[in-house]
Amino acid sequence: MSTTADALNLKPHEGHDAHHDADHKPGFFTRWFMSTNHKDIGTLYLIFSIIAGIIGGALSGIMRWELMEPGIQVLNHAWPIGAGTANFDEWTHHWNVLITAHGLIMVFFMVMPAMMGGFGNWFVPLMIGAPDMAFPRMNNISFWLLVPAFLLLLGSTFVSGGTGPGAGTGWTLYAPLSTSGSSGPSVDMVIFSLHLAGASSILGAINFITTIFNMRAPGMTLHKMPLFVWSVLVTAFLLLLALPVLAGAITMLLTDRNFETTFFDASGGGNVVLYQHLFWFFGHPEVYIMILPGFGMVSQIVATFSRKPVFGYLGMAYAMVAIGVVGFVVWAHHMFTTGMNVNEKMYFTAATMIIAVPTGVKIFSWIATMWGGSLTFETPMLWAIGFIFLFTIGGVTGVVLANGGVDNYMHDTYYVVAHFHYVLSLGAVFAIFGGFYYWFPKMSGKMYNELLGKVHFFLMFVGVNVIFFPMHFLGLDGMPRRIPDYTPAFSEWNRVATIGYMITIAGVAVFFINLFWSLAAGKKVPNNPWGEGATTLEWTLSSPPPFHQFSTLPKID
Amino acid sequence: MRLIGWAIALAAAGLTPAAAQTPASPPTQNATAAAPAAAAPQAAPPAIVPGSVGHMIPTPGIGEPDGRKGVQEQVTPIGEEAAAFHNNWLLTLCAAISILVLALLLYAIVRFRRGANPTPSRNSHNTAIEVLWTLVPVLVLVAIAIPSIRLLRHQYTPPPADLTVKVTGHQWYWSYELPDYGVSFDSYMLKEKDDPFRKANERARTDADGPPLLAADERLVIPAGKVVKFIVTADDVIHSFAVPAFWIKQDANPGQLHEAWAKVDRPGVYFGQCSELCGARHAFMPIAIEVVPPAQFAQWVASKGGTMPGTKKPAPDSTGVSPVTPAAVPAQATPQPPQPASGNAVQQPATNQAATAQN
Repeated sequence: MSTTADALNLKPHEGHDAHHDADHKPGFFTRWFMSTNHKDIGTLYLIFSIIAGIIGGALSGIMRWELMEPGIQVLNHAWPIGAGTANFDEWTHHWNVLITAHGLIMVFFMVMPAMMGGFGNWFVPLMIGAPDMAFPRMNNISFWLLVPAFLLLLGSTFVSGGTGPGAGTGWTLYAPLSTSGSSGPSVDMVIFSLHLAGASSILGAINFITTIFNMRAPGMTLHKMPLFVWSVLVTAFLLLLALPVLAGAITMLLTDRNFETTFFDASGGGNVVLYQHLFWFFGHPEVYIMILPGFGMVSQIVATFSRKPVFGYLGMAYAMVAIGVVGFVVWAHHMFTTGMNVNEKMYFTAATMIIAVPTGVKIFSWIATMWGGSLTFETPMLWAIGFIFLFTIGGVTGVVLANGGVDNYMHDTYYVVAHFHYVLSLGAVFAIFGGFYYWFPKMSGKMYNELLGKVHFFLMFVGVNVIFFPMHFLGLDGMPRRIPDYTPAFSEWNRVATIGYMITIAGVAVFFINLFWSLAAGKKVPNNPWGEGATTLEWTLSSPPPFHQFSTLPKID
Repeated sequence: MRLIGWAIALAAAGLTPAAAQTPASPPTQNATAAAPAAAAPQAAPPAIVPGSVGHMIPTPGIGEPDGRKGVQEQVTPIGEEAAAFHNNWLLTLCAAISILVLALLLYAIVRFRRGANPTPSRNSHNTAIEVLWTLVPVLVLVAIAIPSIRLLRHQYTPPPADLTVKVTGHQWYWSYELPDYGVSFDSYMLKEKDDPFRKANERARTDADGPPLLAADERLVIPAGKVVKFIVTADDVIHSFAVPAFWIKQDANPGQLHEAWAKVDRPGVYFGQCSELCGARHAFMPIAIEVVPPAQFAQWVASKGGTMPGTKKPAPDSTGVSPVTPAAVPAQATPQPPQPASGNAVQQPATNQAATAQN
């Protein structure tokens, strides 16, 4: 193991004088556009995901604006592409483009790049005592595949998608709406975008697995790895196994669209539900891909600010492994209304509920980590505690939805929207913000403003709950997902949700003020600003860490 | 293509696209009013009598959303079982677990804050409690799974069907077929009176039809107390046939037939919406089902030109307009003033053809 690391560190690449000396950074273009440094690539990923998050968040703003009142008030003029058209179908098509783009951007270009690309790249090598990732150039390709992928997705909204410009298929791209139901090049561009983003993630996953298995510092056994590294390892396996299935499924969409195959067309012997099986075989592991690194981050944060080791470390690590494994055999709970037979439905009901057990172990272990600790409530800890509670709410509604017989009612209603935003928008995003505040001093060498951080947290905690909690009521009252207009009975809670969005936006504004203020004027921080609770290796390095770290590998006792 | 279709439709209605953008402009109103008046003599369909079979006045809060914070009133045995399971058991557990986690967090926050507990313990293992918090959730899940599996079994063992309805989803309307009765028709959403996209010969929604976006021009009428089997399919993309008050939701997959069933004892009107994204007007293809006493069902079948099995074909259309008062129409819904007969006559369209032209 350590020989690989030594070799990488000691042998300079031909012609790259920057690599000769840890203190010499390459020039701007070489450093940021041809980067092989895991920290720089991590920074690029974080910047990328912030930009994607702004775009995806703005799209949800347009949606909340439209949904604030019954009727079509915004889609008929506010959407730049459709301005002035009198075509009702085009207005409502814009809606479908908004939901599609919001979903794809948040999943593939915000959460995944932030968690795996950003924090994973930055901190996996630091936490295991490695000088860099195993394949630094492949790491660079991973990032730069994501950029054209994102451009393809954004570009798809400017070309025809059938009823209007853009792909209006939903992020799930269900056939036949995405095949015979959407003429024009837009859906093809989305498919290519996902191919590239998928290739990017697969390469990244290979890199993480290789790094974690081969480049741990002497003494850093698997069972001594920080839980964040465990979470990235499990996530990388999920990516590696799930994304090729997505790639296959969307390639079949592509050939159905363009080359007259009929994988998903009953008139040619195909099956529309087959696409859903393939998609969700990827899609369900995907939701754990989005949340597992968050579990890891929350574990680090809770332990740090409780000044205690994580309670039940092995249980925590293997709970993630269990979630990853079981996550592959529950996919059809997304398809309870497709007309499955009763045995299938019973199996997927039971299997899905099993996931609640390892998830419960994690929730209780976090609380037990806090139990008996000496807690302080810096901003990262607030996000972590918020995460634990809100993820619990998202978890229990998940158990409701797991019941195939009950899901008949909630399926494709706002109840589902509330559920998955509680685990993603309030789970994954809270973990990302927690991780960002936690590691910001390490990454930048500057301390963020604690007051602004807390204001950000409380605004957003209130805001997202005001957005998403009423959606449970809307769903139970029968409001379907993915509709731009609704019957007046739904207007009260929709108005409340839009007010929640405004509060959330105010919180995000505070985040950006804090970010720029701290980068410009934040106090310089020592190696370890968090005190005795922060025991992982990254806190032994300077803040920010040297361009190349661990020239002498640390020894773990 | 669709743009051209719209242009033709709008032109037919005497509208220009520019006029369509300004819903309140007086010329638009005049144009819409003028066109049906001219067409009235040829069309002359029967006037709609609110409360007659096929036009029962919905009860507020039953079979339609009303802004509540829970599941809609259930009117099928499965719906009652499922709603009871959800409301009494699942919801209680959800609340209990969330409150337990919140209480533990708050206790830890207060009790173990640095000020109260300056020296952290180093305790990081306790096998007993770890086994406990693995096994207790397992038991809780078993306690959920048993009624859940039982509910599934009940859903999938319907009594023998008294009536079969074939439901087909289209972009963007539903069509219903009662093959044993020789009845088939399409069902479109009723547009609002001031909707600029409502064509001149399209009937506008009234409150007697149901809430906005949920009211349909032709309701599916089924008999009360009978087991109705829905055979669900689609002919273009995937739709989903959903009626919250019946606790049914069945995706309509092109090229496949799937079943759902309902037995509704309470006469009334029950609304649902397409529940699978199906393109631009996904939000605008409601499902409206009217449950009537069996005698009125026979009337409705006759008014649709169908025959009750085992009877001779009666003279069609003779009973279509006779006003009947459904047992379940509540007192507070009746003050709805009947539309002037002439007004109804001119607004009653040959709706299906008109709406098909849009597609």
